[in-house]
Amino acid sequence: MGRYILRRILYAIPIAFGVSVVCFSLVYIAPGDPLQTVMPPDATAETIAIVKHAYGFDKPLPMQFLIWLGRVVTGDFGMSIATRRPVIREVSDALSNTALLAMFAVPISFFIGYVMGAVAGSFAGRWIDRVVTGAAVVGVSLPNYWLGIVLVIFFAVQYMLLPATGMGPTGSAGFNPLHWSHAKFLVLPVVTLSMIPVGILARTTRAAVAEVRNQDFVQTLRAKGLSEWAVTRHVLKNSLPQVMAVMGLQFGYLLGGSILVETVFTWPGSGFLLSKAIINRDVPVLQGTILTLSLVFVATNLIVDLLQSLIDPRIRRA
Amino acid sequence: MTDDLSVIPAQAAPGLPGRGRVASEARRQVGGAPTAALDPSPDGQPLQAVPAIRGGDDANKQQTEPFFAEQALPATRVRGYWQSVFYRLRHDPVTLVFAAMVLMIVLAAVFAPFLAPFDPYKESIVGRLKPFGWRGHPLGTDELGRDMLSRLLFGGRVSLLMGVVPVLLASLVGGMLGVIGGFIGGRTNTAIMRTMDVFYAFPSVLLAVAIAGAMGGGMANGMLALTLVFIPPMCRMAETATTQVRALDFIEAARASGAQPMTIIRYHVLGNVLGPVFIYASSLVSVSILLASGLSFLGLGVRPPLPDWGLMLSTLRQSIYVVPFVCALPGLAIFITSICCNLVSDGLRAAMDVRM
Repeated sequence: MGRYILRRILYAIPIAFGVSVVCFSLVYIAPGDPLQTVMPPDATAETIAIVKHAYGFDKPLPMQFLIWLGRVVTGDFGMSIATRRPVIREVSDALSNTALLAMFAVPISFFIGYVMGAVAGSFAGRWIDRVVTGAAVVGVSLPNYWLGIVLVIFFAVQYMLLPATGMGPTGSAGFNPLHWSHAKFLVLPVVTLSMIPVGILARTTRAAVAEVRNQDFVQTLRAKGLSEWAVTRHVLKNSLPQVMAVMGLQFGYLLGGSILVETVFTWPGSGFLLSKAIINRDVPVLQGTILTLSLVFVATNLIVDLLQSLIDPRIRRA
Repeated sequence: MTDDLSVIPAQAAPGLPGRGRVASEARRQVGGAPTAALDPSPDGQPLQAVPAIRGGDDANKQQTEPFFAEQALPATRVRGYWQSVFYRLRHDPVTLVFAAMVLMIVLAAVFAPFLAPFDPYKESIVGRLKPFGWRGHPLGTDELGRDMLSRLLFGGRVSLLMGVVPVLLASLVGGMLGVIGGFIGGRTNTAIMRTMDVFYAFPSVLLAVAIAGAMGGGMANGMLALTLVFIPPMCRMAETATTQVRALDFIEAARASGAQPMTIIRYHVLGNVLGPVFIYASSLVSVSILLASGLSFLGLGVRPPLPDWGLMLSTLRQSIYVVPFVCALPGLAIFITSICCNLVSDGLRAAMDVRM
């Protein structure tokens, strides 16, 4: 067990390194000179050389990368071009707002998706399976940004039950999810965000449960006289590692991929920050947000792998 | 949206039980699949079981066919692989209906210039944001007074193009890398796959947004970003399939009889890899349409005034208080297209009996 954990953690390090290389190179795939934004258009060649030197752009690329990496490791992501605040502050503020959404969307969508999939898988081929499978396909195919707009049209424009956008009276500071006047701003984004994970989880769980139910050991369990409920428990436990892998990916999606939903609801989270950074061509913020979110994603995958190995000892031996 | 892209790789990830299990299952099937052979087709007629791994090789056929002759019920009409695929497709009304819908959507987009009642770029100051059926505009008008139906028809061209082109490119590049890596194995494979792992570490939406955002949007950049997003899963898919096939005896036999590596890849490996790659590609089309519209929605894809469903949704979003239902239309088009593609892909997967 200890060896597996160590190996898995060691494996995450080169991945994290590769991720930072990709994030670093984002500046260089941007069209034009990265200095364009800070340089006056009529700067002389001499000035350009001085500024280049000051920013370290005259050094060879691998050197620049190491310097950048050294700063990033100490938490210095540079300054936002748009707001002149440290990128790390912008990102951490935004990430906490996204985490707030995820705190509600994750349990809700995981629970509903898992139950739907488990029921469908247990009754594979029956009408309830067809209903769940159909609903899951709808969930997977829904453009969630559109769903958000439709929900706003119905609940905010037509019936005026829920607020359309934003985070409520006090904004992100002092947001109190236990108080309805604040919490009602959460409802539509959370519902919108949950739709895709529900569909994906229902599909995965259904496939996993149906597959495990066809294995020989289930027959053995029945033959030795276990009740149907006890058999189901065995089946669910055995299908769990596969489901958890997908849950991990979806967790990462809820943290990082909610950019479209946050844009629709102008929820000041990491996705919204990202879309603002794109509009403003604020490369440091773009870089910092993407690096942070992907590192969170790498860490999530690591934790999921370790949890899987706890549940299923076969994984450790592989 | 991240979904299908991530589901498969998770199972095929190195060190997870997925790979070993699939391989052993495949081998069991080649050895002779008594359960499948006895499994009657929907109309009660026993079907010729199709081995999950198809070798274009006589040794393999000799190995399986006598087995069926003993086990299978007598007087079975033996169908070839494609015959049984079409047989199953013909008896799957859901897939057929949705395939017809996909065809209609494609035709509507292709023949948009003939079908559209108005010029999709013609603006009108008095006719802005009008509801359904206003002065011969069956689906109303947008914020610049352009006819919605015409724009939706023309928008389908752009949206479908952005849905299909990245998937095609990624299947080509990713599939090739995966087959080469899987076939050569060793360090080359490790190098390719570890590079792909890095791109896996990004949630797919995020990666697409990051690349398109850094490159500054536009239709070509959007398609390039999506291609880069789809290459890693496609590569992993092809690599897994190739590695599985490579371990089988008929490849060894071909090698022993002196076949060149390229010949083995062409005749023995590709036949087994193209199926899963094709199915996976078909499932990515819907993801790609959703992501592409998402990029346009964020202003990173198609640029105005070109009609694109994602872009239309994003500009009309400002007007939901005026004509809410007109504003919802482009999203509805994305949704319908995506669900049809998904269901057709599911049907194809079942018909082609591809395990992933």
